[in-house]
Amino acid sequence: MAMSQISDAPRPIREPAPENAVVARNVSKHYGPVEALRDLTLEFPRGQLTSLLGPSGCGKTTLLKIIAGLLEPTSGEILVNGEQVTGPGPDRAFVFQDFALLPWANVMRNVAFGLELRGVARSEREAIAERYIRDVGLAGFEDSYPHQLSGGMRQRVGLARALSVDAQVLLMDEPFSAVDEQTRRKFQEDLLALVENENKTFIFVTHSIEEAVYVSDQIAILLPRPSRVSEIIRPSGIRGKGADNIRRDPEYLDIVDRIWASLRSYVE
Amino acid sequence: MTSYRSLFLKLLSAVLVFGAWEIAGRIPVSYSFPTFLDTMSALAALTLDGTMLRAYAETLQPLAVGVTISAVFGIGIGLWVGLSARFDWLFSPIFIVMQAAPLAALIPLLVMAYGIGLTSKVFVVCIMAMPVIVLNTGAAVRNTPSSLKEMGKAFLAREDQIILKVIIPAASPVIFSGLRLGISAGFIGAILAELKITPTGVGDIITYSRSIADYPSMYAAIFSIILFAVLFLNLVERLEFILFKGNNRGYVSD
Ligand SMILES: Nc1ncnc2c1ncn2[C@@H]1O[C@H](COP(=O)(O)OP(=O)(O)O)[C@@H](O)[C@H]1O
Ligand SMILES: [Mg+2]
Repeated sequence: MAMSQISDAPRPIREPAPENAVVARNVSKHYGPVEALRDLTLEFPRGQLTSLLGPSGCGKTTLLKIIAGLLEPTSGEILVNGEQVTGPGPDRAFVFQDFALLPWANVMRNVAFGLELRGVARSEREAIAERYIRDVGLAGFEDSYPHQLSGGMRQRVGLARALSVDAQVLLMDEPFSAVDEQTRRKFQEDLLALVENENKTFIFVTHSIEEAVYVSDQIAILLPRPSRVSEIIRPSGIRGKGADNIRRDPEYLDIVDRIWASLRSYVE
Repeated sequence: MTSYRSLFLKLLSAVLVFGAWEIAGRIPVSYSFPTFLDTMSALAALTLDGTMLRAYAETLQPLAVGVTISAVFGIGIGLWVGLSARFDWLFSPIFIVMQAAPLAALIPLLVMAYGIGLTSKVFVVCIMAMPVIVLNTGAAVRNTPSSLKEMGKAFLAREDQIILKVIIPAASPVIFSGLRLGISAGFIGAILAELKITPTGVGDIITYSRSIADYPSMYAAIFSIILFAVLFLNLVERLEFILFKGNNRGYVSD
């Protein structure tokens, strides 16, 4: 009511493209009696990778799905490019923890599925999918089915599917957790290159401290239920040192230690 | 290679079964149990003089109509039941009761309501075939992995696209197994209707040849309907393979 009375008054002009691609503002989420998130506020700078790090069950997936528009917050709001999220949109794409591939569709159809749903003509969508299949290193597997691929390859399919709809924001829910250690390291390196080359905003859920420090521009540490952001860490000093050197960097090791120190009291 | 092998195994099991039948008929197990060869020659005779063809022309009417209705409405209602909890609450009990109901006890009621013509027989086929189709389809739809539906939503699928491109393909193996069970039950219904309502078609051959103690003809009729059912079910399986090639590849999200 108060708002409508002053609606004629001049408003401050917003800058055209806010520097934060995504903002979560006072988000709370209850699952019945379970309070998963409480009054969580967090900003996701454009073009950067922000990790959500916290012990399992602390509400990381919940927050990511609220950002995706797959879940509604109990209160609070999500802004993408300054606009409130009311459901899934073309500005966001999701990479699922369990891959969520169609078992009856081959790699080509799975990767092109997002475009298929948008009504993009077959030849066009397959040309786009072809490119991303190549980019994630699956060239030659276009006609394979998910059950013929390893876990790592399946997640590459999930990644290519998310990339091919060309969303500005990529939401990744523990994408590497079901993948073996060697593949996971390769993935992390590829992810760094992806952040560098694609002009996208990445929101990346993980429960691995090392992984978060290795890939992130910004790490939001979530505390167990009801979860809020306890700390934001920006490992800026180690960025740009080259994928090979990061893991040996003293600052990298320092940050890992510091995060462990603040999380250890919550792990029994 | 494997297809030859499975053909060979099928032939082998047929030879064993028919051999056992022949021996049992020769012992004889019962006065009213003909040998395999007698049955086959009766089958040939019935086929050659056109009796069989006329019988099937009659039996197939309620069967085809009933199975078509059951398949179309059964899958339709099943999809609805699986998608909406309220519809499930409203309709599932009806089909569960229908499946459990002793059909023979219902036949007099059907005859009173619809007479002894085609309608009653179609009803019998539907009562046999529809419940398993509805219940299987509903269960299959309900069991679609929620992560796949969520994926569809995240990639901006409309409601109808989720049904057509995610739920139906995911549910198709179980829908088809319900369809196969429903069709076999429909065959039973069609013969039952001919035995219990008015003797026509294949049911007439069975009733009549039993009444004159022509057991080889009776067994020939029974054998032919089983053979026909098996062939038809194979056809349905072929259809499933063409429509949903590879949908039964199993789920890979551990
Ligand atoms: N659909 C649901 N119904 C009830 N509780 C849920 C549901 N989804 C998640 N939760 C609860 O909310 C909390 C946060 O879950 P989740 O976001 O999956 O955590 P994380 O991804 O960090 O492991 C957990 O305690 C979980 O049990
Ligand atoms: Mg999770």
